[in-house]
Amino acid sequence: MSFTIPIGPYHPALEEPCKVQVICEGEIVQDVSLSVKYNFRGVEWLAERRNYHQAIALVERVCGICSNVHALTFCNALEGLAGLTVPERAQYIRTIMVELERLTSHALWAGIAAEVMGFQTLFMTCFAMREQLMDLLETISGNRIHYGMNCIGGVTRDLANPEAVRITVRRVRQTVTDQLIPLFTEDKTIHARCSGIGQMTKEQAVAWGAVGPTARASGLTEDIRQTSPYAAYNQLEFKVPVETSGDVFARVVVRLLEMVESCHIVEQALDQIPPGPIHHGPIFVEIPRGEAVARAEAPRGELFYYVSSDGTDIPCRVKIRTPSFVNLPTVRLMMLQANLADVPLINASIDPCYSCTSR
Amino acid sequence: MRLIKKLVSMARRRSPWLFHLNTGGCNGCDIEFSACLAPRYDVEQAGILLVGSPRHADILCVTGPVTRGTRAALETIYAQMPEPKVVVALGNCPATCDVFAGSPAIEGPLDRILPVDVYVPGCPPRPHDLIKGVAQAVAILADQQPRDRRIIEGVNQ
Repeated sequence: MSFTIPIGPYHPALEEPCKVQVICEGEIVQDVSLSVKYNFRGVEWLAERRNYHQAIALVERVCGICSNVHALTFCNALEGLAGLTVPERAQYIRTIMVELERLTSHALWAGIAAEVMGFQTLFMTCFAMREQLMDLLETISGNRIHYGMNCIGGVTRDLANPEAVRITVRRVRQTVTDQLIPLFTEDKTIHARCSGIGQMTKEQAVAWGAVGPTARASGLTEDIRQTSPYAAYNQLEFKVPVETSGDVFARVVVRLLEMVESCHIVEQALDQIPPGPIHHGPIFVEIPRGEAVARAEAPRGELFYYVSSDGTDIPCRVKIRTPSFVNLPTVRLMMLQANLADVPLINASIDPCYSCTSR
Repeated sequence: MRLIKKLVSMARRRSPWLFHLNTGGCNGCDIEFSACLAPRYDVEQAGILLVGSPRHADILCVTGPVTRGTRAALETIYAQMPEPKVVVALGNCPATCDVFAGSPAIEGPLDRILPVDVYVPGCPPRPHDLIKGVAQAVAILADQQPRDRRIIEGVNQ
């Protein structure tokens, strides 16, 4: 006898509205259906009615966690269309901002994963560390979320105090290597909750089109920062952490190692950042007729933008493909035959962002 | 009876229970809201408790511009809350729809649907402002002033 358990759209375990229907036989999940319509705001429709500068502020608000990378990718597409070269310093500042954002995003994810596992102390540790990064981002950009750093042809603010970045990043790296990694990898509770749960093999990851840390935990090495570098990534050296076991624990490890790599990237970028202008010249740029695409590695995986222009100041079409959109269907695969109690953790393990998925 | 009322009123003032509702925003305000629960801002030490059911809540904290998909749930949840109740609009989205204004998928701003007591501006508001907004809501709750409520079908019954 199977029965259906509806969870959501509003549920204490969910940060955002989302409806999960779990079909169970006893404690074992037989099927799952996800509904993510609740966050639909029509961002793409709106972007086709705003001019390019307004659209940057709009696409930033697709997601509150990875807002900067949305604006960066949109600007990258427009710069490709207009044939602009972005000054070196601006490229480095973009890289630093994107990596700091990845750090806050992964710190948030680690905190929420710890909370889902019932490990409150670890949640507090992650959020305490995240606050340091939020302070830093506020010092650089003036806002804690939605930094407004990117514009067509460069960045809007210079990095006034690189030492502050260095100090915070050093502190964060210390917290990650000394506290988070040992706690997450050696703690018995976390092993019991994560190991062998939510399995996805490499073949399945390819077949379902998984991206980002979710795919890299299943043995895929794809990382847009390395395969098609943008911003200043071609001048920086970094490793792409890959795990092969494909369970929730592998996703935890991949994200933690990525945090260490992000710290490494920021430190390198601070060492190499050249002096110079942060913007290519005039603020208002004419976007010629044509179409362009841009890809970037958002904290959750590959982010894709398509922009088509007819020569006016309003885009013809803006298409956004977010990483959560492709990662969410894999949740069904991971949940089949899982225990009901593991459903929230498996769902959290891909770091789903419903406001990205349903724009 | 008067004594019990006084006690309840005091308890409500000292320990407001919040229900948090994202009506389809970008997530930014929700993250700031969860940052309020973390060690730095730690609202729980001020007696503010986040609850999982609207039936236990005194204050409804709404983020997001109220999309089509969430309107029905928003109205149900508001109706489920016991009186007296206070609505706090967190961020620019519930107040004005912010950048999403004009989209056909949006039913907001929030005051078209529910009576709003406190507005907290910002995109997103900083945690200090969120806490200040909740403090204002608590003051309204303690006063228990009858408010001029718009009657909305199915909401206030």
